[in-house]
Amino acid sequence: MHTAIETDGKTMFVYLEGELDHHNAGGVRDKIDEFAAAFCPEHAVLDFGGVGFMDSSGIGLVMGRYKLLQTFGCTLELRNLSPHAYKVMRLAGLEKIAVLKKGKEGREDNASAK
Amino acid sequence: MQVQNEMKLQMESRSVNEAYARVAVSAFAASLDPTVEELNDIKTAVSEAVTNCIVHAYKNAVGKIYITVKIFENGEVQITVRDRGCGIADIKKAREPLFTTLGGDRAGLGFSVMESFCDRIFVRSAVGKGTTVTLRKRIRGKGAGVDA
Repeated sequence: MHTAIETDGKTMFVYLEGELDHHNAGGVRDKIDEFAAAFCPEHAVLDFGGVGFMDSSGIGLVMGRYKLLQTFGCTLELRNLSPHAYKVMRLAGLEKIAVLKKGKEGREDNASAK
Repeated sequence: MQVQNEMKLQMESRSVNEAYARVAVSAFAASLDPTVEELNDIKTAVSEAVTNCIVHAYKNAVGKIYITVKIFENGEVQITVRDRGCGIADIKKAREPLFTTLGGDRAGLGFSVMESFCDRIFVRSAVGKGTTVTLRKRIRGKGAGVDA
């Protein structure tokens, strides 16, 4: 699984590519946490455009990153979710902790966001 | 009900095999001409069941995972994922959403995902002997909306 991380100084952009399962989640987690701890961004965008498969490991990854980012007041956004990834995220109620955007155009669905 | 096709698979409980297990099962089920969504549902449920074998059943060891897939005449797929690992003491508790014995980044939603992406799921387990998870899903296929 390939993970690229960029920042514009305020926002951290994480581009995920590959299959997000238990086998791959640990490596992705370490990369994000290392970068986030060093830069303390205001906003974090996880881009799922390159994710071909995702199971509940993806939910765990998002929940864990939310807890970490929250400690320094960073907000979280999930972008370019496939219909399947969106279904998995919604199953876990992640729209309550992050802004979820589907597809390439990024239709917002944060009506229920706190 | 008549079994139309069947396959068996055996692998070691290494996390690198999670991808192999879900792809192999979904490729076998492809003969039913499932939709992309149905295939993703199967892949995800298998991934959860196999991950459970790796992170729970054979927690500190490498053991064998046995997968059987049966396709029935009515378009139903039955996937059985079996291990000879530690077993589950309280199945009801294990199936509760958000319950996990692992902490860290495991969400405790493995069984919830299996339940919502399959039609039925059965869990049999004996402590010290192992666990069998049976997933059943009816594949309506690409033609479902047209001539159903």
